[in-house]
Amino acid sequence: MTDRSNTLATIRDNALWMRRRSFEMVHRARLGHPGGDFSATDIVATLFFGVLRYDPKQPDKPDRDRFVMSKGHATGVIYTALCRAGYFPEDWLETYMGPDSRLSGHPNRLYVPGVEANTGPLGHGLPIATGIAIAGQIDGADYRTFVLTGDGELQEGSNWEAAMTAAHRRLSRLTVIVDRNRLQQGQGTEETSALDPLPEKWRAFGWDTVEVDGHDHAELARVLGAEPTDRPRCVIANTVKGKGVSFMENQANWHHGVPDDDQFAQAMEELV
Amino acid sequence: MAQAAPVQKDFKDCRNAWAATLEALAGEDERIVAVVNDSIGSSKLGGFAKAYPDRTVNVGIAEQVMVGVGAGLANGGKVPFVSAAACFLTARALEQIKADVAYSGYNVKLVGQSSGIAYGELGATHHSIEDLAWLRQLGQITVIVPADAWETEQAVRWAARHEGPVFIRVSRMPVPDLDISDRSFQPGRAEIVRAGDDIAVIACGTTVHLAAAAADMLSDEGISARVLNMATVNPLDEAAVSDAAATGAIVTVEEAHVRGGLGGAVAEWTAANHPVRVSRMGFDGFRQTGSIAHLFGAAGLSPEGIAAEARRTIQTG
Repeated sequence: MTDRSNTLATIRDNALWMRRRSFEMVHRARLGHPGGDFSATDIVATLFFGVLRYDPKQPDKPDRDRFVMSKGHATGVIYTALCRAGYFPEDWLETYMGPDSRLSGHPNRLYVPGVEANTGPLGHGLPIATGIAIAGQIDGADYRTFVLTGDGELQEGSNWEAAMTAAHRRLSRLTVIVDRNRLQQGQGTEETSALDPLPEKWRAFGWDTVEVDGHDHAELARVLGAEPTDRPRCVIANTVKGKGVSFMENQANWHHGVPDDDQFAQAMEELV
Repeated sequence: MAQAAPVQKDFKDCRNAWAATLEALAGEDERIVAVVNDSIGSSKLGGFAKAYPDRTVNVGIAEQVMVGVGAGLANGGKVPFVSAAACFLTARALEQIKADVAYSGYNVKLVGQSSGIAYGELGATHHSIEDLAWLRQLGQITVIVPADAWETEQAVRWAARHEGPVFIRVSRMPVPDLDISDRSFQPGRAEIVRAGDDIAVIACGTTVHLAAAAADMLSDEGISARVLNMATVNPLDEAAVSDAAATGAIVTVEEAHVRGGLGGAVAEWTAANHPVRVSRMGFDGFRQTGSIAHLFGAAGLSPEGIAAEARRTIQTG
């Protein structure tokens, strides 16, 4: 196999592992946000196992690439990725949202190595990532900063403050990835407060904008790994909420739905 | 109603001390970055921006990204000083201050300019009397309200050295240097401005020199009033409050809301540990408009007003 096909196989295997383990976590805790975990899994797996430069033994290494998880509620995907990447042992996952666990329902950088910001309230990740990228720009550093936002989250105005700041400062080593699953907590984004035409909005704000299939590892790896241009990049990843489990796909109620034992068993049969 | 003491020639705008100190520190420490919301002028950072253009981040009129960028800069190894009018910094970006700075534990310095009722005539939208109550809850943040130019410089120097979030509340209302000798800035420790045992007046920021003048008036009447400069509102100097409670009566004075700030902190502590009469002076709600002198006078924030409150507190204590 070539290096490239090896990498894609690694991403695929890890994405499958992450889906299965995160759903186990949600099933055990009786809490979580599995719909958003699954829409983001392929994006996060591609970043951690095909794009990002990091050393889990030195989580604060100054020249690491940064990954900021703005949709902090999707802890199933972030914790499984960090665990699989070697930041912490697997038994931590079994404590998910348990009493005083390190693994809260939203990530805490003071307790979980590899977490860059304590997100949860929406619209916080992109401003923070913008600050990281400014620090890198001041230093002439070569690290890159990636931030993953939900799509409904773009209704928060703070994102657009940051979009202006990042474009104004030409933060070319900053990439925002929008998990465009078209569903927010209660219903579709377009029925709630429409985001479309979303690519045009980002372009108008001065971002180098592309749309990709958010479940195609090869396409994600190519776009996320591409060399920076002269401006920040926006990758709109078209995804399916609940991706990978038939009864969860495109169902808003799986935003924070919890499986019963039969549903869990069926999901495990499908996630192979 | 008594009027506030008129501004005198040797009174200083603490913003000048803040700006000169930051500029000097930036020459020594290249990690220092200023982050502003189109507030270079009101933060007196024109000199800084000219000397260090690549370390001046002006995000425009956008407080949420301003504070988020501060957290990100800290992630990237910088020591950001996020400086903006206190009313907008603390109210508009409160969730960012809570989540991105305090809860995330990022090494961000928040500098609230023209705090309290400094923008007197502009009305309650521009007053920042709630900030102490809001930020005092966020236990990770050291909250400092300097009383004069010297203390402002010391607070900025300490914040730059300290690893952890800090809020420095700067006034634009000119104040005199406190007339006490051999000072050494100790965060978290109250400073004795006047000795006394009949009552303790605990003040911070622009009201400390007024409290000192009040103590001098009371002294002429045979009342011995202790005046404490409680520059650090969080964490509170509990030992100093305990000693103050031992006098039998406390008056707190601040250019802030009477609920939840310095007075609130003192009342909480004494209620739980050493019940004593605590009179809280400050503002008890929105103020419509008027000069600083008018608003201070109407709230009794003057030597005469503080002295009168002290007498009342002793009598009813």
